[in-house]
Amino acid sequence: MYQTTYHRASSVDEAASLFAKGNEAKFLAGGQTLLPVMKQRLASPSDVIDLGKIKELQGVELSGDVLTIKAGTTYFDIMQSGDVKKAIPAIAHLTSVLGDPAVRYRGTIGGSIANNDPAADFPAALLALGATVKTHKRSIAAENFFQGLFTTALEDGEIITAVSFPVPEKAGYEKMRHPASRFALTGVFVAKTKSGEIRVAATGASQSGVMRVPAIEAALKANWSPSAIDGVSISASNLLADIHGTAEYRANLIKVMAQRAVKAAG
Amino acid sequence: MGVEGIGARVVRKEDKRFITGKGRYVDDIKLQGMTHAHFIRSPHAHAKVKGIDSSAALKMPGVVAVLTGQQIVDDKVGNLICGWAITSKDGSPMKMGAWPAMAPETVRFVGQAVAVVIAESKNLARDAAEAVVVDYEELPAVADVHAAIKAGAVQLHPEAPGNQVYDWVIGDEGGTDAAFAKAANVVKLDVTNNRLAPNAMEPRAAIADYDSAEEHFTLYTTSQNPHVARLVLSAFYNIAPEHKLRVIAPDVGGGFGSKIFIYPEEMVALWASKKVGRPVKWTGDRTEAFLTDAHGRDHVTHAEMAFDANNKITGLKVKTYANFGAYMSLFSSSVPTYLYATLLSGQYNIPAIHAEVIGVYTNTTPVDAYRGAGRPEASYLIERLMETAARQLKVDPAALRRANFITEFPHQTPVIMAYDVGDFNASLDAAMKAIDYAGFADRKAKAKADGKLRGIGVSCYIEACGIAPSKAVGSLGAGVGLWESAEVRVNPVGTIEILTGSHSHGQGHETTFCQLVAERLGIPISQVSIVHGDTDKVQFGMGTYGSRSAAVGLTAILKAMEKMESKAKKIAAHALEASEADIVIENGEFKVTGTDKAIALPMVALAAYTAHNLPDGMEPGLKESAFYDPTNFTFPAGTYICELEVDPGTGKTSFVNFVAADDFGRLINPMIVEGQVHGGLVQGIGQALLEHAIYDASGQPVTASFMDYAMPRADDVPSFNLSHTTTLCPGNPLGIKGCGEAGAIGASAAVINAITDAIGKNNLEMPATPDRVWRTIHAA
Repeated sequence: MYQTTYHRASSVDEAASLFAKGNEAKFLAGGQTLLPVMKQRLASPSDVIDLGKIKELQGVELSGDVLTIKAGTTYFDIMQSGDVKKAIPAIAHLTSVLGDPAVRYRGTIGGSIANNDPAADFPAALLALGATVKTHKRSIAAENFFQGLFTTALEDGEIITAVSFPVPEKAGYEKMRHPASRFALTGVFVAKTKSGEIRVAATGASQSGVMRVPAIEAALKANWSPSAIDGVSISASNLLADIHGTAEYRANLIKVMAQRAVKAAG
Repeated sequence: MGVEGIGARVVRKEDKRFITGKGRYVDDIKLQGMTHAHFIRSPHAHAKVKGIDSSAALKMPGVVAVLTGQQIVDDKVGNLICGWAITSKDGSPMKMGAWPAMAPETVRFVGQAVAVVIAESKNLARDAAEAVVVDYEELPAVADVHAAIKAGAVQLHPEAPGNQVYDWVIGDEGGTDAAFAKAANVVKLDVTNNRLAPNAMEPRAAIADYDSAEEHFTLYTTSQNPHVARLVLSAFYNIAPEHKLRVIAPDVGGGFGSKIFIYPEEMVALWASKKVGRPVKWTGDRTEAFLTDAHGRDHVTHAEMAFDANNKITGLKVKTYANFGAYMSLFSSSVPTYLYATLLSGQYNIPAIHAEVIGVYTNTTPVDAYRGAGRPEASYLIERLMETAARQLKVDPAALRRANFITEFPHQTPVIMAYDVGDFNASLDAAMKAIDYAGFADRKAKAKADGKLRGIGVSCYIEACGIAPSKAVGSLGAGVGLWESAEVRVNPVGTIEILTGSHSHGQGHETTFCQLVAERLGIPISQVSIVHGDTDKVQFGMGTYGSRSAAVGLTAILKAMEKMESKAKKIAAHALEASEADIVIENGEFKVTGTDKAIALPMVALAAYTAHNLPDGMEPGLKESAFYDPTNFTFPAGTYICELEVDPGTGKTSFVNFVAADDFGRLINPMIVEGQVHGGLVQGIGQALLEHAIYDASGQPVTASFMDYAMPRADDVPSFNLSHTTTLCPGNPLGIKGCGEAGAIGASAAVINAITDAIGKNNLEMPATPDRVWRTIHAA
């Protein structure tokens, strides 16, 4: 690791002003990506601003039809939250298959979506559920937030404070785990909103990161059942391919995971 | 057996320090004035080193020195050796290219060191390493055996034309051809045995400390065999004579073979510590482990098996290409020859065998012994062939195996090995019963109704362990003997120290070796300590690998114990005024049999050391040593059966049941044996389903971290159902065969046989990743 200056911010405002003072500062959430990358000397921030102790970034709130998860809430706390289990059990399930216990104790929803790894789980949930990303400056629809591999709508120094999810009528998430990293080799989140809209998002599959799957959405709109997806054809072009999964395999997984997610959603 | 004697499930003595964080590993050791080394490693698979400019690095804070490959060559540090000479079929010796500890001119794999930075801290050394400019001229590279042996392929070493190290044969070619000419059926199979990275939990590390006044070196290192390390460093690498070099291998966190070998980093640390006049420490990180720890396996094989009209095997032909990587590691040459082809008879009566093994250089990390070393490759090949044969001949796979089992012992195979004892039917029976083999068809039908493809796979493995009779291995080209030594020291107060040349790096010797003493003397194991891993303390040792520590190392302890007991009985008889022949040892006492006369061990020990009243002419003291050389290999064998389900939608495998029926001869501590089997099975399953060290065509490693290289986790493997069927090994007095490698040797074939049974297609390479299985299911 290169030398860096560590700061522990006690509020979002303090974190933002520390960032502004830094030369090449980085925010630290759960540290599940930034710290390994720093240890490998692939990142050399001048300042590391730890958001982990900021109280206003912690917790889950359920208010009417909106579930709000503060950005610094760990996967473990999300998984354990009664409000999450009640309002959107698919999110509790997603966190239960995310990484391993050590990752779940440290990693946060805000860190995950700010990094926007193309195989991360949470981006699929946000996109499928039509969530809104709240920052200390504005609100951004998930649709506009994710902009390709490791790229988001966040401006330099912008801090995610929370993610709010409209509570759907039903939702499900199924994932084929990457055998080595336990990221999503492919994961599919399906949701039927209370207004009847069908939204399906796949992660781990596309070369441009998390994506909607219109063909499956159309099939499910006609008939919300796993078998409705049987006849859908998913193209392998523009899908990721690596030693653990060819593009054709990922195309297959999009279908199979979608079917299983619909089954899980009920 | 006593509560702590042979056969008792004694809790491991060493675990207190390991689970409370009190283990003392090389990286825990800090010496006064210690400096830190960071290696500059080639990013290219094959390149000329045109120049190294370290001028900027030398000006950086905390930098002590930057040393290069040319300097280590100029200082006449020897090239790395390969300690087992193999002769090709044309009578020529194997063809080896030079392997300097750091490359002065040419790098031949990604990760090969060209220079080292010595600095006040690891981080400062890394900072400075980034300022060293190495000018490389890239060369074409070959990463697999197919590419390496092609006409016109780039040549790695001028000494090895065609990138061929040797072309070795074993067995009777004419007899085998005759058997095939008469065969009723011939079964053919092409198999790739995937390359694996060993991944011991503790990365390799070394601290070298040179004392200029005494011209003496001390090396702390992660070694499975510190005496062998000292011998090689002295005799071949020109570091220091043996009496001026102490090698200490303290607690070592796993080896699996990868820590047998003497690596460039230890050599450089020793050489550099003299050069800079301060201790030098190097601790590898995980990426360095992936790049530089010797890999395992990597065979490409075509095999054919001939059967007569009664489904009896009449012949076996095997042709294997073994990928050795860029250099010949310490014991690499023996792995695909004498540790592989000599086991190709498996558990079967095969009248004629002929095998050809072609060793090949590629621009990849060197390959050497990894848990099982040659025997997993042999077992996998034979057991895949037997399964393929059963499918082709349309007979039950267990029945086909049974019909061909060797049932009379001793049995001379056509490939050197003479099996001493075994009962292959017993282990097959036990495994079939444990898994309810007869009920499988019903279970498969039920699974099908649930949309799952269920399969069952049998693997009847045999291995040669207890490595090894020195005369035999010497005649086959080994550069060392493979005996073991031990010393028993009874202290004046009656406590006992056992000094052993075996090395424990997870095996539990500190418990099992004490159990032998408890068994013989009837004293608690708390009265016994095991000393190992230090060339200044232990007289000599060949170390721990090849499942040899119990069969060879513990037998050496037994021999020393017998000598000590003989002397102690004389002392006791003298003190008790009885005949030596009437003395028996029970519960820590020397008793006159049939009487109540007795003297406790501490009193015998005290008498030995006070020497006030010893028999006439007896030397004082109570300490004996022994060297034990086995008369044959040992032959652990058994049957593994795996039942699993494949999800046709994803190709993912889920275990239903995994049974192991092993014959290890006598068990010292069944709990530790079970742990060894569990670990071995997980490694075998890891090879079958998950693990693969992959290079792209240009020789770049694709799997140099745990983000890409899939190590098995607890939830990837089933809960195992273990049992033992026992035939005692006649070759050693304790009847031990060894248990350290069996799981890794036998498991892979059981898994692949089960998956291919489930999906109804026979050809499936390892690792059987979900993607690969899914594509195989859906292939036309």
